[in-house]
Amino acid sequence: MAETTAKRSIIPYGPQHPVLPEPIHLDLVLEDEKIVDVLPNVGFIHRGLEKLVQKKDFNEMMYVIERVCGICSFVHGMGYCATIEKVFDVEIPDRAKFLRTMWSEMSRIHSHMLWLGLLADAFGFESLFYQVWRSREQILNMVELHTGSRLISSVNKVGGVLKDVDDDKLKILSKTVDQIEEDMLRVQKVFFEDYSVQSRLKGIGILTPENAHALGAVGPFARASGIPLDLRMRGDNAMPYIDFEPITSNDCDCFARCYVRFMEVLQSIDIIRQCIAKMPADHTLVTPVKGNPQGEAFMRLEQPRGEVVYYAKANGTKYLERFRVRTPTFANLIPLCETLKGESFADLGLLVLSIDPCISCTER
Amino acid sequence: MAKLANFTPTILKNLFSKPATTTYPFEPFKYPEGTRGHIENDIDNCIFCGMCTRNCPTRCLTVDKATHTWTINRFDCLACEYCTVVCPKKCLHTVEGYQEPMPEKSSVTYTMSEEAIAAEAEKKRIAAEKAKAAKEAALKKKAEEEAKAAAEAAAPAAETVAEAAEAAPAE
Repeated sequence: MAETTAKRSIIPYGPQHPVLPEPIHLDLVLEDEKIVDVLPNVGFIHRGLEKLVQKKDFNEMMYVIERVCGICSFVHGMGYCATIEKVFDVEIPDRAKFLRTMWSEMSRIHSHMLWLGLLADAFGFESLFYQVWRSREQILNMVELHTGSRLISSVNKVGGVLKDVDDDKLKILSKTVDQIEEDMLRVQKVFFEDYSVQSRLKGIGILTPENAHALGAVGPFARASGIPLDLRMRGDNAMPYIDFEPITSNDCDCFARCYVRFMEVLQSIDIIRQCIAKMPADHTLVTPVKGNPQGEAFMRLEQPRGEVVYYAKANGTKYLERFRVRTPTFANLIPLCETLKGESFADLGLLVLSIDPCISCTER
Repeated sequence: MAKLANFTPTILKNLFSKPATTTYPFEPFKYPEGTRGHIENDIDNCIFCGMCTRNCPTRCLTVDKATHTWTINRFDCLACEYCTVVCPKKCLHTVEGYQEPMPEKSSVTYTMSEEAIAAEAEKKRIAAEKAKAAKEAALKKKAEEEAKAAAEAAAPAAETVAEAAEAAPAE
């Protein structure tokens, strides 16, 4: 009997592809329908935003860093301000800390609901996609009510926040998150028990805990492999006053990532409720900051996608010398390539989506 | 079979309820309070200092003090509200409603009204007169003080001369 050898071919995938969620380029080495190796390539959305620190002073730069990404925009703005506050060595008022925590949890809810919808769309369940996105409109309306705009909020300032929230708006937010929780609990059964969802998600895209640790996975991608890494445990902003435990899963597959992100929506709703209950009464929003920054600072925060690292270097003028952002998708690219090996080509779009890619963050 | 029927109640509910979308433009759209739509200037209070122009991240503002105009290119404006934060007179504010599509990018210019320009000129004139009067009063006061000091300096000198004159005839 003649031996059949599998034929290897290299296929370029992306940056434009109907199934691909983000403009990343992957060179796939395929053996028939199975992926054997992956070579990623990024650089299609590089805008050179880090170079702009030399042209825009450190207050204006907040508006540039906020626009690195549309989905994770609030945490970028907050992280920039937090890094510069660390350079100045100032502490922001308590109400500003609680407001920042509350708004970043609202941003996390919207991002995870966006992802859950896209996941349902990736395996063809469009009705579930729109059920989740219909519910997501409520949180976007809340963000618009509090900050003025649905996605790019522009409320952070070096030293605090720019807008205050009165008791009426907090009551409306409280009612809205109750409604969102009800909507999510109604679709929970579909995400966790429906036969078609399970057959597409269970058992594919396995990333073992050893690989996740060795290759530096962050965020829900790592938490789905059992590693309890959540930067909110560090205690920034109002987190020391909030009861919080990271959500992990031991299944290590796509379904575990779906589970972790779904439960994080419910956990963020709980954190928002705690923030509303514990909001300080003193309405000071800004600690004034004088002069120009001098020195270096390093800051780590938890974005919806994982750990984001900021580094700022200032030399005493109103322009920063260097500002570097290391986003979570950049850290998750190599574990993604490891996950793809051995999987079928048909599951590729779903697997790339399971790390929650945000290529405009990765390339700035 | 139960696992396949998880979504059925939602489907049935959606079949018999109204759509989730607003039928814009037949229904007017209601913006939440505080939406960052576009920036407007209360031009009669503006002092044309240029703080907004220097700090705008997109450089979409132009200010001319000589002609009392403030120009904004709303197509470049991000509605980030940084100009409203740095304005010393707080005459810039955000209004709901986004810039509508147009065939080409255009700017909008606000010019100060004639009454406001006249009021500003009057204020300047009164301030200049006050400053002049204050300066004259200060000069007058200084001259009086100098004269008084000179008189006091001359008085002991005259006493000394008088004492010397008395002493001389005594000899």
